[in-house]
Amino acid sequence: MREAAVRAEARAGWAMTAPALIAIGLFFVFPALASLVLSFTDFDIYALANLDNLRFIGFDNYSRLLTNPLFWQAMRNTLWFVVLGVPLIVILSLGAALLVHAKTLKWRPLWRVLLFAPFVTTLVATAVVWNYLLHTRYGLINYGLGFFGIAPVDWLGNPSTALPAILLFVAWKSFGYNMIIFLAALQTVNQDLTDAARVDGAGAWMRFRHVTLPAIAPTVLLVGILTVAGMFQLFAEPYVMTQGGPAKSTVTVLYFMFEEGFKWWNLGSGAAVAFILFLCIFATTLVQMKLARRSGAI
Amino acid sequence: MAWLQRNALTFLAAIIALLVVAPLVWMVSVSFMAPGAAAQFPPPLWPDDPTLENYTTLFGTYGIGRYFLNSVLVSCLATALALLFTVPAGYAFAKLRFSGRDAVFQALVAALVVPGQIGMLPLFLELKAMGLVNSYAGALVPWLAGIFGIFLVRQFCLSIPTEMLEAARVDGAGETMILRKIVLPTLHPILVTLALFVFLGSWNDFMWPLIILADQDLYTLPVALAALAREHVQDNELMMAGSVVTVLPVLLLFLVLQRQYLEGLLAGSVKG
Amino acid sequence: MRFSRRTVVTGLAAVPLASACSTRSDSLEFWAMGAEAENLPALLASIAGAPKVSIQPLPWSAAHEKLLTSFAGNSLPDMGQVGNSWISELTAIGAILPVPAALSSITTGQFPAVVDTNRIEGRLMALPWYVDTRLQYYRRDLFERAGFAAPPQRWDAWKAALHMVKAAAGPGNYAILLPINEFEHLIGMALSAGASLLNQSGTRGAFSAPEFRQALAFYKSLYDERLAPLASSTQISNVWNEFARGYFAVYPSGPWTIGDMKSRLPPEMQDKWATAPFPGPRGTGASTPGGSSLVVYRNAREPAAAWALVAKLLAPSTQQSLQQLTGDLPPTRAVWGATGLNADPITAAFGVQLDHARSLPKVPEWERIVSEMQGVAEQVARGMTTIDRGVREIDRRADRLLEKRRWMLERRA
Repeated sequence: MREAAVRAEARAGWAMTAPALIAIGLFFVFPALASLVLSFTDFDIYALANLDNLRFIGFDNYSRLLTNPLFWQAMRNTLWFVVLGVPLIVILSLGAALLVHAKTLKWRPLWRVLLFAPFVTTLVATAVVWNYLLHTRYGLINYGLGFFGIAPVDWLGNPSTALPAILLFVAWKSFGYNMIIFLAALQTVNQDLTDAARVDGAGAWMRFRHVTLPAIAPTVLLVGILTVAGMFQLFAEPYVMTQGGPAKSTVTVLYFMFEEGFKWWNLGSGAAVAFILFLCIFATTLVQMKLARRSGAI
Repeated sequence: MAWLQRNALTFLAAIIALLVVAPLVWMVSVSFMAPGAAAQFPPPLWPDDPTLENYTTLFGTYGIGRYFLNSVLVSCLATALALLFTVPAGYAFAKLRFSGRDAVFQALVAALVVPGQIGMLPLFLELKAMGLVNSYAGALVPWLAGIFGIFLVRQFCLSIPTEMLEAARVDGAGETMILRKIVLPTLHPILVTLALFVFLGSWNDFMWPLIILADQDLYTLPVALAALAREHVQDNELMMAGSVVTVLPVLLLFLVLQRQYLEGLLAGSVKG
Repeated sequence: MRFSRRTVVTGLAAVPLASACSTRSDSLEFWAMGAEAENLPALLASIAGAPKVSIQPLPWSAAHEKLLTSFAGNSLPDMGQVGNSWISELTAIGAILPVPAALSSITTGQFPAVVDTNRIEGRLMALPWYVDTRLQYYRRDLFERAGFAAPPQRWDAWKAALHMVKAAAGPGNYAILLPINEFEHLIGMALSAGASLLNQSGTRGAFSAPEFRQALAFYKSLYDERLAPLASSTQISNVWNEFARGYFAVYPSGPWTIGDMKSRLPPEMQDKWATAPFPGPRGTGASTPGGSSLVVYRNAREPAAAWALVAKLLAPSTQQSLQQLTGDLPPTRAVWGATGLNADPITAAFGVQLDHARSLPKVPEWERIVSEMQGVAEQVARGMTTIDRGVREIDRRADRLLEKRRWMLERRA
């Protein structure tokens, strides 16, 4: 009797997970592995027309990528996004969370919703809006800067300002999600500790550094990891706003992969890029976790 | 002065919120301006002469209504199918005992690190072999394989008391019956969060529909908007109207359901 | 299996998925781009006995990608407009049908170089719909001030004239705008010098040949002698303002600029600009024969009906209507007389230039090769590498890009 119940439960377990697992296997795992295999072939437009034209070329795709200056440009641009973007977004979202969490804040739900709103919006639509905000002559941003005496900046036309401009947009769009994660973490910080610290005469900054920050350190790591992964996967922003320009200064790795795969139809080479991208994200995640463990945060 | 000190943070929050929301407000404002009115210096904040012309052009000449319906169709289907696939799986991983359960789940968590785009090109070839390129089904496929949803549902289900399930089993209820009659009613909050998450994600999805949908008739809003943007980069007001049409539905949906959505996310991240 | 409500709902959901293919009606599906797509309905209305056509307009920026994606997804239309530089690629993958023998007579009396672009390995794969090419738009008043009625047609005399025009324009100005990121200008000079760019079979680069070196040297000298600014197209904020200001006196471009010149330049500038063919080392130079062609795709349900419509669209009277609606230049010479294009000096120059056009290598990899070429050319112009190293680098990259084509041709042999 008991055994039958155990078997029925096990059967139900497999039956309920089967559809999702099959979908994941078919539409995620299989293509990911196929990507690895594809990256060792020279699948291109000729092969698309006729599979007889396919050849196995070993690591040739990888070595060609490593000698392709545009690939390195894409890597450099993406790393700039990571190096500049992750601290910016983490600080912005933590700051926003602290603000929304503050005890003396009124109308908390209103601010929470307003600050989260950009995250909900469609990226393409808001990229179009920011395209116009950043317009050299008619954009509101240059207009606003004019009040501080700053001359109009050709944000999206100048190779050195295009990347920061897109980064500003990305930060605006995504800080809300991380803010929510930080809010959740802040709510778990032991109120007694901060109260005790205040009684001891610690100012707001000291309380933050010595009580709050250590308590939410694991969350900071989580947000860091998520944001790094996000920065590595920027595509729609350069696609809509700059088409990778000016002078290839906003070509990201994913944009490069898209062009390689769907503009030039070098699907083999594109798969190699995708795999390298995966290795980069994996490596940086490992490094982040190691650093966090080393510093005792987790 | 004391009033200012007490409400300093609220004041600060108001200013920051205003700055954050300003682009969206401006987007709506420009969409009601006459064509060409926004391209002047100094840039206008409000329309001198509000007009619906941009919207009529969008719906009339560019047929944006079609893309809107496509987005609605794809997003609703994606949400329904994602719930159908994910909820039983999440519950099973949390509460049902079967061999290999934990190993498989660990593998899924590990897979969360892998970016979705890694398989994009082979997935395209796979769907080509299945004849699903350039179809709604092709656009839906990534949402059936959502690992994050399983993770969320499992987190939530962990807190269901096992005794309740055991009691039902003793009473002779089958596992599916338990899921439907006992567990599902308690899952209401997470269902809302998950549904909204998938709806938002599929509505806003851009790269995959761009790749898989070749026929203009099938375009979802983001793809249509991007195509329009590349051609009509000079037409501010028209593009803003297009952005409003794309953003407004999900923004409204979010505003209506935001408490549940945010609370679901908050609950999910605390345990995560 | 119990049919739960869920199963039924899912089943119903599958119905639109299954019938997700676009509704294929009885009309011919026609994909067109830009101004031609906009004016196609009016054009079809002017044709007697035109069949039902369902037009899908594509933006130029996405058209090429979309064609290939549709090819991959087996969802190409019946017929359509294509840029004539795409024809070799579409032929290589087997996406288009060859032109039936009965229609090949349409090409008589058309610009030879343009027709040649549509002929792949001896077979006519598409029919030219309209043609264009680039030539120089120049400031007539500045040239007159320097003592020239029109730009000279030989490189040495032309360059000397540019120096005098630059002096006449005043300090801080240049003579010609050659955006450093655009490959068309160097290619035009290479064709004028007689370069073949690739070897006979299109399997290796021929950029180290003396003709291309000569062209590259001439191209570089224009920057070195400060006749052209070292700037990319995105760095010139408003081409029309700068042209009117005299920042440069020569602007290489195509027929689409005629309308822009007329609408964007102020009225007092309208008699100050004119067009002239490019110069070459020994006389009028060559240029690339551009334009769009009409094709019928491989999976067309009724190819005969599609080709019949193509023939109707290319009738001289319809070519004339297209010219009037869009300003596009017709491929058939006889039509130029009827539409007054020969009489108007602005457009007559295009006719002369088209007579001197030479077609580019017709390999699918060409677009990528030329993009690499310009990258190296930019480095040469900026002095970051020498001409000698540059041309050998272009050959190296071209050879690498053509490797697959070589392999495929060897296999076929």
